[in-house]
Amino acid sequence: MSEPADLVVVGAGPAGAAAAVTALAGGLRVALVDSGTAVGGQYWRHPPEHARAAIPTEDLHHGLREYRALCAALEEGRAAGRLDLRTAHHVWSAVREDGGFAVHAVDRREAPRETAVVLRAPGLLVATGAHDRQLPFPGWDLPGVLTVGGLQALLKGGGVAAGSRVALGGTGPFLLPVAAGLAARGVEVVAVCEAADPRAWLRHPGALLRNPGKWAEGAGYAAALVRHRVRVRPRTAIVAAEGDDRVTSVRIASLAPDGSPRPGTERRVEVDAVGVGWGFAPQLDLFLPLGCELADSADGNAVVAVDAGQRTTVPGLYAAGEACGVGGAALAAAEGRLAGESVLADSGAAPAPGRRRTARTARTAAVRAAVDRQRAFARAMGLAHPIPPAWSSWLTDDTVVCRCEEVTAGAVRAACADGGAHDHRQVKQLTRAGMGWCQGRMCGPAVHCLVARERAYVPAERLVATPVTLGALADLDEQPPEPADHSEDRQ
Amino acid sequence: MTSKVVVVGAGVVGAACAFHAASAGMDVTVVDRGPVGAGTTSRGEGNILLSDKEPGPELDLARLSRTLWDEAGEELGPDSFELESKGGLVVASSPEGLAALREFAARQEAAGVRTEPVDRVRDLEPHLAPGIPGGVHYPQDAQVQPVLAAAALLRAAVRRGARFRTGEVTGEVTGAVTGRDGRITGVRTASGDVLPADAVVNAAGTWGGEVGRRLGAPVEVLPRRGFVLVTEPLPPMVRHKVYSADYVANVASSDAGLETSCVVEGTRGGTILIGASRERVGFDRAMNTAVVARLAAQACALFPFLRGVHLIRAYRGFRPYCPDHLPVVGPDPRVPGVVHACGHEGAGIGLAPATGALVTAHLLGRPWRGADPAAHTALLPDRFLTLGGAPE
Repeated sequence: MSEPADLVVVGAGPAGAAAAVTALAGGLRVALVDSGTAVGGQYWRHPPEHARAAIPTEDLHHGLREYRALCAALEEGRAAGRLDLRTAHHVWSAVREDGGFAVHAVDRREAPRETAVVLRAPGLLVATGAHDRQLPFPGWDLPGVLTVGGLQALLKGGGVAAGSRVALGGTGPFLLPVAAGLAARGVEVVAVCEAADPRAWLRHPGALLRNPGKWAEGAGYAAALVRHRVRVRPRTAIVAAEGDDRVTSVRIASLAPDGSPRPGTERRVEVDAVGVGWGFAPQLDLFLPLGCELADSADGNAVVAVDAGQRTTVPGLYAAGEACGVGGAALAAAEGRLAGESVLADSGAAPAPGRRRTARTARTAAVRAAVDRQRAFARAMGLAHPIPPAWSSWLTDDTVVCRCEEVTAGAVRAACADGGAHDHRQVKQLTRAGMGWCQGRMCGPAVHCLVARERAYVPAERLVATPVTLGALADLDEQPPEPADHSEDRQ
Repeated sequence: MTSKVVVVGAGVVGAACAFHAASAGMDVTVVDRGPVGAGTTSRGEGNILLSDKEPGPELDLARLSRTLWDEAGEELGPDSFELESKGGLVVASSPEGLAALREFAARQEAAGVRTEPVDRVRDLEPHLAPGIPGGVHYPQDAQVQPVLAAAALLRAAVRRGARFRTGEVTGEVTGAVTGRDGRITGVRTASGDVLPADAVVNAAGTWGGEVGRRLGAPVEVLPRRGFVLVTEPLPPMVRHKVYSADYVANVASSDAGLETSCVVEGTRGGTILIGASRERVGFDRAMNTAVVARLAAQACALFPFLRGVHLIRAYRGFRPYCPDHLPVVGPDPRVPGVVHACGHEGAGIGLAPATGALVTAHLLGRPWRGADPAAHTALLPDRFLTLGGAPE
């Protein structure tokens, strides 16, 4: 594609792909960037192209018809020369520039070689999704203990089951498809420990009644689990993992309403792999340096604040998917379409041939209604599956909280008690928790819960969204930086 | 009667002021909107440098401060804030540059700085690029982890009776209370209460201009933005603080535009820090990818192995600078009782202990821990008041 793009979309999962397809349909030129090697994101993760025929994963997926439709529409856009698809491109910074945006990425198609790439456009849509929210517990750093998202990624991306006897724990509906997927691959799922009380859903009848599709999906998983004799145990948790070189057993306990283990209920279960997940943490790295306002979602996370058309508070910047609140793939795709429509409306693009402006308006209204309905469900989900208030009582002082820098729960507690730290940034300065390779992406929510769980979690600002070699950056420095304004300092 | 002192600012300078004033037996309260070391203190590399300072008032303060950092290390435990006397290595990129650097070092030597000319720089830093004609080794240059240092100093002050008030309401100073003679008698906070004070120390760093204004004693302190890069953790590859001789020229420059001359150094955590750019753009927090790319290019030119090393973090801060690039330390004649201790630009970590001692000496009216007010008159706020009056 030789002409510059009208819109850069970061993230080719359900939200980003749907947004790009909508913008393409409206006649815009789009650059779509993703760190993965194919379109689909985590939700529609597939084996590498050359191995797809050999590794069947179809039964692990939902909404494949929509996935194929999106892929076909993107292919059409590419053939028409209006889509610049950049897979295996990792975005490390997005900045405002001349009334638009410059998106800085490194091209890793020929890794380990990486090449700096800059994509510029008047509009930017960020749909970078979310990752598993992890809470440490004694033994969570043993080999064989994974996130539920990690287990799922291995299944979908390579047909790999991480163990033969697996226990799952945490909270949220996502435990169910992972349990069903593992069971379908012959894995003995010995326990599914759901910390929440299912009756909590009954406090949100409206959200349930308005989303019958979610019921059907849940019933499907329930049937699959019954078929494989997998039991979901509500109000229980994996409170410890044990083993020498790797995990060999977990300790499971019933939980009191506040999340503390009920004395005398603990039992040991032998396993060779464990998956845990406490919902998801939105990936906000590209939004925070741009100065977007945030909103409090009901699940303990701060999320990007958007208007009814997915516009952030930064002009020209749109957000869709989990970054605006964790709610699943269907909601993400609907938000992507809505954001795409807003981009079209704001850019004054003429309706595509054969489409009338009124048709667009009607379509947008329908998508917005779907978003509202599913957003209500997501909110109920967040409230029904909270992090147990007394979670931290499972931790011993020597439980590692930050694995990169090997900072223990005791050190974090001391930083609060002696150092006066009252947020995770201050804990980082005093203990190094969050200063290592992952930059707090893993331990940030946990440290926050230890220090200030009454507030929504706002991740530390990361000006570099993904590690990038200094060599690739140095090559970017070919031209001298733009001359500074010498006439007057901006104070 | 014990003198009541309110220190505004819990950065490294405020913590050092509290530490020395409390050690001298004063009744100290530190106030800050945020927690300890959360401002510019947390945004630097932790430099304690003599190498970048030309002979003059700042070098005099830096030499005293270097001694006092060692004393603080002995008193508080050097490991509690990662005090490391690693030494600095300044390298020249051309024979002409080397001649100028050596001439500069000779003047520093005459002013009491230990300098060692180095011809084969790779004997000290094996991974430096080939072809560097030479440099100067400064064995006194050192490093601390600045937030830990500020926290350790403040904790020690609290052990000596100081109090720390933090919080957006209780820790925010909104104005001064003065007696009939114009002398300060206390400060008002955003919560509406008044902290009685015989003296108020303005150690608000980059926000020192605003705090001075609220106290009725404005000083011109402006922000100068800098970015620092942090690499992935590595085995020890860089032993000293290594920088190019251009850095010295940039530190002293008043140019409004971007200046970069990188300083490369390892840390105890294994990461390598690459600093630091200098831009006068007000409090603009935006990421500047061109600056990051320039710093990366300069670091790779010094240490070619860095090309394959990952950058995992970048951060930026706002150095507090005065128009003449000297800190302002001493009593303000307009409001008796107000003592300034701010405007240290990029040298606040290094200069903090001597600033704390000098402030304490001013409060006591006699020398304290080697700090003699009569020896540091060039830092007094009077210089702004006589040169064109107080800025509005």
